[in-house]
Amino acid sequence: MLALFLVFGLSGCQALSGPDSRPDIMGTGDLGLIVERATGSVLVINTSRHEVLGRIEGLGDLSHASVVYSRDARYGYVFGRDGGLTKVDLLSQSIVDRVIQSGNSIGGAISQDGRYVAVSNYEPGGVKVFDSQTLELVADVPATYTSGHGETGQSKTVGLVDAPGNLFVFSLFEAGEIWTLDMSDKSAEITRFEAGESPYDALITPDGRYYIAGLFGEDGLSMLDMWNPGQGVTEILPGYGKGEQKLPVYKMPHLEGWAIADGRAFVPAVGHHQVLVADMTDWSLVDRIPVQGQPVFVMASPDNRRIWVSFAHPDNDVVQVIDSQTREIVRTLEPGEAVLHMEFTPRGEEVWVSARDSNRVTVYNTRTLEPVATLSAEKPSGIFFTSRAHALGL
Amino acid sequence: MNRVWLAGQRRNRFTSMFCAGLFLAPAMLLGSDDGNPPPEQARLANLVIQDCGSCHGLTLRGGLGPPLRPENLGHLPVEAIDAIVSEGVPGSAMPPWKPLLSPEEIHWISEQLKSGALVSP
Repeated sequence: MLALFLVFGLSGCQALSGPDSRPDIMGTGDLGLIVERATGSVLVINTSRHEVLGRIEGLGDLSHASVVYSRDARYGYVFGRDGGLTKVDLLSQSIVDRVIQSGNSIGGAISQDGRYVAVSNYEPGGVKVFDSQTLELVADVPATYTSGHGETGQSKTVGLVDAPGNLFVFSLFEAGEIWTLDMSDKSAEITRFEAGESPYDALITPDGRYYIAGLFGEDGLSMLDMWNPGQGVTEILPGYGKGEQKLPVYKMPHLEGWAIADGRAFVPAVGHHQVLVADMTDWSLVDRIPVQGQPVFVMASPDNRRIWVSFAHPDNDVVQVIDSQTREIVRTLEPGEAVLHMEFTPRGEEVWVSARDSNRVTVYNTRTLEPVATLSAEKPSGIFFTSRAHALGL
Repeated sequence: MNRVWLAGQRRNRFTSMFCAGLFLAPAMLLGSDDGNPPPEQARLANLVIQDCGSCHGLTLRGGLGPPLRPENLGHLPVEAIDAIVSEGVPGSAMPPWKPLLSPEEIHWISEQLKSGALVSP
C-alpha cells in the first residue's frame, strides 16, 4: 500500500513538473560529480543534459579533493584534504556515510574487485584501507621509513592507484619509495621498491602494467613494470631538463589523466614550459613541445587524436590543444580564470573544463573546439564522471 | 628568452595593479562601505586561500606544505615569513613568489598569515 502511494506520489510530481523533469528511475552512466572546493560541496551532474541535478554539502575541506566510484557507479567516494572520506549517493544526492580517517589526506583509490577503498594520507603519513560498503577500517599501512638522520617517521603518500590482482600502489614522498599493497587475501602484504627523489604524484597505464611516479626532486620519472616487479624500479626520461634552469613550480603537475597517443606518451615537465614526448617502446625522449606555461594536466582525448593541456599559476587561464600526430598546438582556449581540471565524456565527444575563479564549468565539443554549454559552480575544481567506475587506476 | 619576457610582463602587470591598490589604502584599512574588501585585497586573499591552499590546505592546516595558521607561525617574525614567501624554501616544493608578487604584496600576505586574518574556522 505504501509502495503504491509512493508510485502515485512520484508520478504526480512528474506530471506537475512537466516533461523535462528527471525520470523517477534513472541510471548513473551519464552522471558525475564536480567538486566545489571552497564550500565543501559537490554537484551531481548529468553529462547528456549538461545539467546540475543537485548539490551535496558538508564534505569538509575539499582542496585537492578527488573521487572514485563503486562498481555499480551509484556511489562516489570523495577524498577531502581534512582526512574526510565521504560516501555519497548520486541518485538520492545525499551523504550515505562519512569518516574522518586522518588529519590530512590527498586522494585514494578503489580496488579492482570494488571491495576496498584506500586513502592516501599526509598526516599522519601512510595509507588506510576501508570496506567500501561500510567504511570500516580493514588495513592500516603507516608507511614507516627511516630518514637520512636515522629517525623513523611516517611518510606522506602520493599517487595511490589500484592495479590488477587487487593491488594498491602508492609512492612515499619523503622516503622516495614505491610500495605495493596486496589486498587479494587477508595478509595485506607489502612490497617495497626504491624510487627516485620526492615522488609527488603517479599514474598507472590504462592496462595496469606500468606504474609511473613523477619526481619533484629530479628531472625524471620512476617506473615500475607490474608484469615484472622483480626488476625493480627503472628511471625513465632522466635528466630531461639538463642544462636548463628549472623554473619555480607554483602548482605540482598531475600525472593522472595520462596521455598516450600514436605510440607516444605525453607528460608534463616539472619546472619547464614543455610537454615531453616519450617513445613507449623504449621510453626515450623523442620531443619536447613548447607550451605557454608549466603544464599541470596533459590529457589525451579518448580517441587519442588530441592532447589537452592545462597550466600552473599564474598562466592558468587557458587550455592548449595539441595535435597528437603533428605535435602542433591547434588551438588555445580561454575557459576562464584558474582552470583546474578537465574530464572527457567516455567516448570523447565533449570535455568539461572547470575554471575555479570564474565559478564556471565550460563544456567543449572536442571536434569543433567550440563551447556548447556552461554551468555555474562555486569554485569548481575536480570533475569526475561515473565512467571511472570501470577503468583501472581511476 | 621568451620565457623571461613573459615573466617580466606579468610582473609589470601585477606591480601596476598594486600601485593602483595603494590609492585604495585607506579603504583597505577601514574596509569599504559595502563591507566587501577592495579588489586588490580580495585578489591577494583569494591567491592565499586557493593557490597557497593547493599545498597548505584551504584552511591552511597543511598538506604537502606545512600548516600556516597563526599558532604554527607564532615563533616567526613577519620579516621571516616575508623571506620565505619571497625566496621559497630551497630543497622543498615551496617556490619563490617574488617573480610574481611585489615586496608590498608579499608583506601584506605575511601579515595576514601571522595575524590569521584569512584563516577560516
